[in-house]
Amino acid sequence: METGIDFAREVKQYILDEFLPGENPDDLTDDLPLISGGIIDSIATLKMVLHFEERYGIVLEAHEADKEHLDTIRDIAALLASKAG
Amino acid sequence: MAAPRPLHRALADSAARHPERPAVIEPEGGTLSYREFDALAGRLRDRLAALGVGPGDRVGIYLRKSIDAVVAIFGILKAGAAYVPVDPDAPPARNAYIMHNCAVKAVIVEERRREQFAAEFAALGELPPLIVTEGTGGGAPLARALDAAGAARPLADADNAPGDLAYILYTSGSTGRPKGVMLSHENATSFVDWCSGLFTPGPEDRFSSHAPFHFDLSILDIHVAIEHGAALVLIPEERGKDPLHLARLIAEQRITAWYSAPSILSLIAQFGRLPEHDCSALRLVLFAGEVFPVKHLRTLCEQLPGPRYFNLYGPTETNVCTWYEVVPPVPPERTAPYPIGRVCAHLQGKVVDEKDHPVAAGQEGELCITGRGVMQGYWALPEQTAQGFLVDADGTRWYRTGDIVVEGVDGELTYRGRRDRMVKRRGYRVELGEIEAGLYRHPQIKEAAVVALPDAEAGVRITAFLASRDGQPLSLIALKRFCAEQLPLYMIPDQFSWLDALPRTSTDKTDYQRLKEVA
Repeated sequence: METGIDFAREVKQYILDEFLPGENPDDLTDDLPLISGGIIDSIATLKMVLHFEERYGIVLEAHEADKEHLDTIRDIAALLASKAG
Repeated sequence: MAAPRPLHRALADSAARHPERPAVIEPEGGTLSYREFDALAGRLRDRLAALGVGPGDRVGIYLRKSIDAVVAIFGILKAGAAYVPVDPDAPPARNAYIMHNCAVKAVIVEERRREQFAAEFAALGELPPLIVTEGTGGGAPLARALDAAGAARPLADADNAPGDLAYILYTSGSTGRPKGVMLSHENATSFVDWCSGLFTPGPEDRFSSHAPFHFDLSILDIHVAIEHGAALVLIPEERGKDPLHLARLIAEQRITAWYSAPSILSLIAQFGRLPEHDCSALRLVLFAGEVFPVKHLRTLCEQLPGPRYFNLYGPTETNVCTWYEVVPPVPPERTAPYPIGRVCAHLQGKVVDEKDHPVAAGQEGELCITGRGVMQGYWALPEQTAQGFLVDADGTRWYRTGDIVVEGVDGELTYRGRRDRMVKRRGYRVELGEIEAGLYRHPQIKEAAVVALPDAEAGVRITAFLASRDGQPLSLIALKRFCAEQLPLYMIPDQFSWLDALPRTSTDKTDYQRLKEVA
């Protein structure tokens, strides 16, 4: 089901507000490696996941909440969309 | 007190006593029985010997945490050499530096890391022989690499002397280069024996292996489990910080003894949904590496009232040197962290003032440790080794922990802080000087100073103060990515702050006190 939510935009805005205030939004591309690139740490990622779980009433399985699925905005948005759909 | 012995003898003994019991378990990659484990480690021993490796040598391990990596540890020990494990996710240049620094005679490396590692190493010196595995998992990739190398003559396990090196663990160095802590077979076996006395492990136990192998917490997991014929359950590093996964793993794998840094247990207590799981097999919860925030320890004890809780303390140079049992429940009014407790039975401690004179109970001083568990020194760093020890008139060498402690009237030691610029972050040692050295490698950075302040939530918060050559701040994203190429991820500062120039003291040194006030 199409939710109509632009998850990539939501995730990007959340990261900019929470972790990168004042940064040029253009530098935060959808494919930037977030965890392995040192941009946000794994604990921050976890807090972000909890935020979106609450906001969209979804639950991520343990095996989904790892670096492999959450290292880029594109990955995170795809995961959220698959859950919310 | 058990006799001094080679550290690896435990594997041959357990394989003889419990050949079919599970020795190492990779939850998603298979299990090796003690018989299989001993046999595969023996094959690696023979291959290493064919490459000329023997007692007095060192062999590097550049593998993802896996059964293959545990077999590598024991294969290297059986050959009589010391193992040097590196963080496979750390920058390749750092790992090449480590391997070159201690002049490894061979390296066991994954194919996907080989090219970059070989290129970085070649810039420093001649590359030693490599044993290359196609991936890791379950021990099969290592077995295939040995198959490909052809048959080697079967040998006996090396019979190392107690003072021979068993492993070298590299920790953060204040000069910007990691330094190698040299630990002997006797250092390790005396610690294993102390653990055996306090924790009474047995073949029914299932130990978590949460810490990466370049981290000294892994010594307890691996070597105490193998000593007693218990099972070692490996937790892959990519899953190691996921509290939902960890809580489920404790239940599903029927873990009986858990050991990790407090930061991980804090996450499990907050986010792991522990009450949804049956963790009744768990009888020991051990933590070390940093102060456990009392708030989160209380939550953990409420959710898991069954096990015994031990706060273990000690630098890599001594491994665990003091211990304290926390008896639940944690009182609701308690806010002070628990003591680090008493000096372990195989060691002796004293608390000294700035002139190295022992202080009375109730007075602050630096904790110094001597005994069979204390390292020999830092690899190829005689000056830093000499500075690291206080030597009595009778020749007794006391390792200076750099930690300020105070002894209470009950004889328990309480941690107060550091004497120098080292902090603990998520259980890792971080020399603020190493972060500064990493930042200075950026061509646009003119000045860098890093300070750490206590943080109720995270334990410690690291801020970097920077001045750029053109006076303009750099993009935070670009800067963080640069750090990720220079430093392990746990060393990347939480905050970056730009100044026109760093504040100076009257003697023209960086004024860290003022920076801390600003931070």
